[in-house]
Amino acid sequence: MDQVVHDVLLVGGGGAGLRAAIAVAETNPGLSVGVVSKVYPMRSHTVSAEGGAAAVIRPEDSLEAHAYDTISGGDWLCDQDAVEAFVREAPKEMVQLEHWGCPWSRQPDGHVATRPFGGMKIERTWHAADKTGFHMLHALFQTTLRYPPIARYDEWFVTRLLVDDGRCQGVVAIELATGKVQALLAKAVIICSGGGGKVFRFTTNANIKTGDGMALAYRAGVPLKDMEFVQYHPTGLPFTGILITEAARAEGGWLLNKDGYRYLQDYDLGVPEPTPVKRSMELGPRDRLSQAFMGERQAGRTISSQYGDVVHLDVRHLGEAKIDKKIPFVRELCIKYQKIDPVKEMIPVRPVVHYMMGGIQTDLEGATLLPGLFAAGEVACVSINGANRLGSNSLTELLVFGARAGRAAAQFAGSQAAPSSALMAQAEDEERRLYRDFLQNSGGSERVSPLRDEMQDAMEEGVGIYRDEEGLLQAEDKIRELKERFQSVSIDDKSLTFNTELISVLELENLLDLSEVVVSSALARKESRGAHQRTDHPDRDDDNYLAHTMAYRSDEGAPRIEFAPVTITQWPPGERIYGS
Amino acid sequence: MEVLRYRPEEEAEPTWESFEVPVHPEWMVLDGLNHIKDQLDGTLSYRWACRMGVCGSCGMMVNGRPVLTCATYLESLLPGPLRIEPLSGFPVIRDLVGDITDFMGKLSSVKPWIVRDTEKPVEDGEYLQTPEELAEYKQYSMCINCMLCYAACPVYQIEPEFIGPAAIALAQRYNMDSRDEGAQERMDVLAQHEGIWGCTLVGECSEVCPKKVDPAGAIQRYKVSASVDFFKSVLMPWGER
Repeated sequence: MDQVVHDVLLVGGGGAGLRAAIAVAETNPGLSVGVVSKVYPMRSHTVSAEGGAAAVIRPEDSLEAHAYDTISGGDWLCDQDAVEAFVREAPKEMVQLEHWGCPWSRQPDGHVATRPFGGMKIERTWHAADKTGFHMLHALFQTTLRYPPIARYDEWFVTRLLVDDGRCQGVVAIELATGKVQALLAKAVIICSGGGGKVFRFTTNANIKTGDGMALAYRAGVPLKDMEFVQYHPTGLPFTGILITEAARAEGGWLLNKDGYRYLQDYDLGVPEPTPVKRSMELGPRDRLSQAFMGERQAGRTISSQYGDVVHLDVRHLGEAKIDKKIPFVRELCIKYQKIDPVKEMIPVRPVVHYMMGGIQTDLEGATLLPGLFAAGEVACVSINGANRLGSNSLTELLVFGARAGRAAAQFAGSQAAPSSALMAQAEDEERRLYRDFLQNSGGSERVSPLRDEMQDAMEEGVGIYRDEEGLLQAEDKIRELKERFQSVSIDDKSLTFNTELISVLELENLLDLSEVVVSSALARKESRGAHQRTDHPDRDDDNYLAHTMAYRSDEGAPRIEFAPVTITQWPPGERIYGS
Repeated sequence: MEVLRYRPEEEAEPTWESFEVPVHPEWMVLDGLNHIKDQLDGTLSYRWACRMGVCGSCGMMVNGRPVLTCATYLESLLPGPLRIEPLSGFPVIRDLVGDITDFMGKLSSVKPWIVRDTEKPVEDGEYLQTPEELAEYKQYSMCINCMLCYAACPVYQIEPEFIGPAAIALAQRYNMDSRDEGAQERMDVLAQHEGIWGCTLVGECSEVCPKKVDPAGAIQRYKVSASVDFFKSVLMPWGER
């Protein structure tokens, strides 16, 4: 088997991975960097982020205010030392990206413009109209082209971490174009492969969001933290799940029930005003808005549509000029994918799975509990998002912690010996597994797509916005059954050339591990906090659950759940108050 | 749907294969392909990711025209059959998957990053850029690298060395950015590509662009500035460029 050796290897080439790669190259230009991604980097899901990226820049704002909004938004499950580092380094990272060419929207005097965002008391969301993620990703990708030490492995899929002597020293990956299985060795590995929204059917997430990095780390014994916290974004288009950005509400859009009533006023979110009020009504946090939708549905005040119940997002009063200037992508998406023009019609929306607050446990430098393995971005849980992420914190997170992980991995790699030769035996084992289980095995009774559909249905059914023990146990049984049936899966495609069916069966394997972890973590947390709402335990319980769940893989099958303390520095747990 | 298959381990030439696909009013061409892959034939290979027209993965020839399959309604192409082929002008790896290595090289060759003689320290804050200055290049920054413009470009189809519409638009995106000082370096890169003068400005590239980037306009602007450059060097050989 072929092998290549890098000093630092990135798994994932989205925003966090590219930021980390640049950080490695700038920390030590002598290090060689490999970026392994299952898609060309500019296809990564960062590209779909719309509304903006938060960082303190206005004179009336403060780091403390950003930290408080984030921590209260996260229902006090954030690690406050991580939040402090985050808000402190956010402005510098955003300016850095400006220097790298990101086309931020501007004020008339040439300074960067900001907009309000959900759960943020002061305006601090930088944006590039409403294609912020797209512009950030392309600016980062194009900037990486300046750095010769950064080599890319585009359309390579990582199937396993290589661990020897208690430290991560590389990965095994398949090159899609040729089917070649290869060991990519490194002194440090950084996972930046994003979340796993595809465990659910109805999601804003791209088809590629299959939790690969989380599953890789989990199988290597690294704990996944707070995986029960899945964010539902309140405004997705009903059939496609395409995201209608929070910026639509930040610019003044209203959420209306079937009677044309701004129903959020009935859910402790403030009183309606004609123009947006920060931390109030439509600018409340996502968990509370999605829960309010469920309340309206329960009360029979939603609108039934062919693709489930919806409410209306009304931006008509903003007028065509403002819509085209501030949220042009919203208009483009509605016209193209919903066949309505938001200038003239209301947008039907419903809550949709959007983001995973949980992920691979890391410290503030992105280091996991496995030496040599780092993680950053949605795949990681550092944790600044707690029980509910505020909109526009995740794009900033991938910059701040991508850069931190890159610098830390560069330092770590500088002090390590070359990867050991024992790794090649592991890599050859992995190659044999891939051939034996998938490429040479036929006649299995199960196929990829029914297993995936049944998993997604079980998750939608039992692990949605509101959960209870009975539903979670049913989901747990179903996922176990599916894992069992996965043992008999086979694929039609035996080709070595761009075998996308092979990739989808490996992705399904990852998704099944992930969904099992989400269910087990949700069962273990017998309280309601942020995005995790248990109807059988409706209150927050700080005495017992002001703690992170840590899911470890165990040999018996079901994950072992432990609890770890939350770091509190200066904001003791309090009540979340919106709309005052 | 008639899909052009190519399995290099099994066949020397591409062959057409037909599939029956139901039509739902919400379905895009991509949903039809996913129906084939999930229900009928797991071996069909193609790329896709976001299904919202922004990642640029899923461009294909549909009835002879380059389109994003995630943004083209099946219904709009009835009664069928639809003919689906890989993007024209790219070597085919397999089925609907084209090899874009050459395109990626062309993108990086135009130095698509901010070039400055001296970089301002991050501590000193952002470069100022007015909304008007932003508007100068914004359109060219909207390219999603979907390569539909290459598939539509008559020059690229016969002269694959041509650096092509998206790469030139990207060069112009940086040239026209008020923060950038690299226009001359990029001019030198583009000048090595004779192909650019072969562009007949038929504007096919701009017509198929799903994001209204207008690469044809970028090429035209390049030609004008390159000509000015040339005449300056002839008429004022000692002057500053």
